[in-house]
Amino acid sequence: MANAHSIDLSEHAGHHAHDHAHEEEHQSFVAKYIFSMDHKMISRQFLLTAVVMAVIAMTMSIIFRMQLAWPGEKFAFINAMLGDTWGKDGILDPNMYLALVTIHGTIMVFFVLTGGLSGTFANLLIPYQVGARDMASGFLNMLSYWFFFLSSVIMLASLFITDGPASGGWTIYPPLSALPEAMPGSKLGMTMWLISMTLFIVSSLLGGINYIVTIINLRTKGMKMTRMPLTMWAILITAILGVLSFPVLVSAVVLLICDRSLGTSFYLSDIYIGGRPLDNVGGSPVLFEHLFWFLGHPEVYIVILPALGITSEIIATNSRKPIFGYRAMIGSMLAIGFLSFIVWGHHMFLTGMNPFLGSVFVFTTLLIAIPSAVKAFNYITTLWKGNIQYTPAMLFSIGLVSSFVTGGVTGIILADSTLDINVHDTYFVVAHFHIVMGLSAIFGMFAGVYHWFPKLFLRMMNKKLGYLHFWTTFVCAYGVFFPMHFLGLAGVPRRYYTNSNFPMFDNLVDINEIVTVFAILAALAQVIFMFNFFYSIFRGEKSPQNPWNSNTLEWTTPMANIHGNWPGPLPVVHRWAYDYSKPGASADFIPQTVPLAEGEHDNGEH
Amino acid sequence: MKLLILIGLVLLIIAVHQLMRVVELSRQFKNTKEWNVSESDNTFNGKLMLVFGILFLGFFFWQINRWSDNSLPGAASVHGLKVDQLWDYNMYLVSIIFVLVNGVLFYFAYKYSGKNDTKATFLAHDNRLEMAWTVAPAIVLAGIIIFGLKYWNEITERSTDSNKITVELYAKQFDWTARYAGNDKILGSTDYRQINGQNIVGIDTLDATSFDDIIVRNEFHIPVNKEIEFKMRSRDVIHSAFMPHFRAQMNCVPGMVTEFRFTPNKTTAEMRKDPYVIQLMKGINDIRAKNNKEPVEFDYILLCNKICGASHYNMQMTIIVESEKDYNAWIAKQKVVKTLASK
Repeated sequence: MANAHSIDLSEHAGHHAHDHAHEEEHQSFVAKYIFSMDHKMISRQFLLTAVVMAVIAMTMSIIFRMQLAWPGEKFAFINAMLGDTWGKDGILDPNMYLALVTIHGTIMVFFVLTGGLSGTFANLLIPYQVGARDMASGFLNMLSYWFFFLSSVIMLASLFITDGPASGGWTIYPPLSALPEAMPGSKLGMTMWLISMTLFIVSSLLGGINYIVTIINLRTKGMKMTRMPLTMWAILITAILGVLSFPVLVSAVVLLICDRSLGTSFYLSDIYIGGRPLDNVGGSPVLFEHLFWFLGHPEVYIVILPALGITSEIIATNSRKPIFGYRAMIGSMLAIGFLSFIVWGHHMFLTGMNPFLGSVFVFTTLLIAIPSAVKAFNYITTLWKGNIQYTPAMLFSIGLVSSFVTGGVTGIILADSTLDINVHDTYFVVAHFHIVMGLSAIFGMFAGVYHWFPKLFLRMMNKKLGYLHFWTTFVCAYGVFFPMHFLGLAGVPRRYYTNSNFPMFDNLVDINEIVTVFAILAALAQVIFMFNFFYSIFRGEKSPQNPWNSNTLEWTTPMANIHGNWPGPLPVVHRWAYDYSKPGASADFIPQTVPLAEGEHDNGEH
Repeated sequence: MKLLILIGLVLLIIAVHQLMRVVELSRQFKNTKEWNVSESDNTFNGKLMLVFGILFLGFFFWQINRWSDNSLPGAASVHGLKVDQLWDYNMYLVSIIFVLVNGVLFYFAYKYSGKNDTKATFLAHDNRLEMAWTVAPAIVLAGIIIFGLKYWNEITERSTDSNKITVELYAKQFDWTARYAGNDKILGSTDYRQINGQNIVGIDTLDATSFDDIIVRNEFHIPVNKEIEFKMRSRDVIHSAFMPHFRAQMNCVPGMVTEFRFTPNKTTAEMRKDPYVIQLMKGINDIRAKNNKEPVEFDYILLCNKICGASHYNMQMTIIVESEKDYNAWIAKQKVVKTLASK
């Protein structure tokens, strides 16, 4: 067993790898499918877990969207989903509403778009695209998945306890989250949330360290940093952000656990609740907000950068053109990564933080718009004079560019503290971050699944269903989130169980109905994807080795899941990944393994 | 019901499965492959990109036309007018960027959809172009930053107005209480340990400056054209005092006192005569009539805008802005803390 997993990392390990491939047939079921240390299997495990989590989180959103559009109406669906405790007569319970909003956010941000997106594509693509036999540590990688799995199970288990799951919003600001008297969700549910997230962070760190080490140390011969596909750069920067910022969330969580269970006062002071004054004096909830957003803001880039990396690769491949401004793309990702650590205060303009400090964060935050704009323009220029091949992955990539721009420009508004005063915590914010981060990242994830499905499951997904899935999703997604801007302009706060207690919001009912109808349609559109996904795993057409005529190394591996990826010696890289439609070449792509011709220049110089 | 849904789902799966069989068979027949993207696929999706782009931008303008009349009325405070102005400039700017960039994106997606006989142009980078779109956003953002920070500093700087009125907004699960400083213009100090059924905001009963403080619930009054300095406190969890008509918001944080100040410049009565507000309220009351609810008049309102528990959605207090004379008459009628305490 142990032998079967030891990956020989030397360049001339061809015959070893061959042996492994041979041995693989004798692996037990458990070693092959469950406690696997193979990066491809771990990638599949992350993806399948994320799909399950995404379905749950999406169903939650449908439930609370129904409540928001038709408050007081009775829905058999809600009763069927939540039972009599929380959906009596088909009406959603107000505490459960907050719980659903909280867990929807938590699952989507952390479990789908962090664990799912990075976990799937970092594991799948790093060894493939840098030319390595596996991740630096297969064992840590396996642990990373199983911590992720465990944290998912705990998060889901919290849905089934008497008091209900955590419900203080995904940002879990204390004292609301610290005091069991404040809401039922701050009892056992919050404890489970905190445990789950701690395990999640362990998973994220184990994975992140592995990603960084593998990209830096295990690149094959000739794979210079400046020859790496942008997916690798994106994942490298993402992993560095995660390793630096997630531990801060652990500290925030540990202090919160102390306040909850050990009677400390890190975040608590001068509180009177449940008919009595608490002893806690001297703490400040603002401390928690600083710690939380020190992770929380890099976190949104942890979510979006891999998606941007994936689309960079897909847009170049399917435009049949080099990515425009390869170095500018790397530079802008590095700039975004650096800046993401010094902007967290823009979530806190109105928390009582010193307004001068707010000014500094306005400045740093708006700077991020510059590298982001560079990226958007570079994508569009890559399309210019291209020969665009509309695979489903390409459609989703273009969808990402659109949503990244559409959601990005409202970020310029929100980053301006003066303008933030009146739209802070309203639906304008909900619209902004769902479009710029939610849609963009999920589009990137879909693009990645369609594009690398042949490497994940050796088969193809159905193209026509992919088209149908993209167009319905794209239309519905904007239908859900664009109208929300107008709720924000009318001053509607987020996380309201119903707006009907304020006559000033009575004229907004039609907006809420449109949003919910689109949300239900969008959810149904995902059934198309789910069907296509699971059907194609088993029945999809067998994929050829390089279905998209792509340059990167993963398409030089045989269409079989073998340990060590390449049966012979590791490939040697001679050029960057973006020689598409190069003048003088006969085909419109030149794989990275093809040596430079006499007098030919690398990196797009010609 | 549940059974019906289940049966429906099963039937759906079977139907799609049969459909896939047909697709698979026809694929073998026609010898097309999933990975082959034909020119007609490209043309089809390219055209859809163009159609989508047009519809999407059309949807954008349709929404503005239909829903912008539901937006909050123009600001009813001095600084709010500046916020609105800055908002408009920024919003026009980003809307133009949004329309242009999306327009170009979808146009290119249509224009350069793949054809069998063309080859893409090999263009790896262009330093001048990249410099241009690094510098251009930088200049625009410099403008945005300068104006934004100028107003932010004006709004948040400490009050120097000796005539200002200080009002404390006190939040708890799930209602608001307002406290006025009284004749001595000093809000009495507080001690959360002294909170009880009578002393809801936790006034320190040993502090004489608190005896003339005035505590009101459900609605509070402020005079027009006078600077109001709000001090926010919370009893239990974080709340946020949101007064959207005045472009004012600040969190209420247990353990600290936060501040926000503004000068209201329109009385409630004036707002009710504003043509935009009349139109807005007509729309609201038409809908209320349809649902058999009694009509309402415009009121300024204080809402909670930070998740605070089950009834977060129903934490409100009415704000009445009136002439200084009316305000003085109103405040004179309110009971001071001493009389409350002596009960």
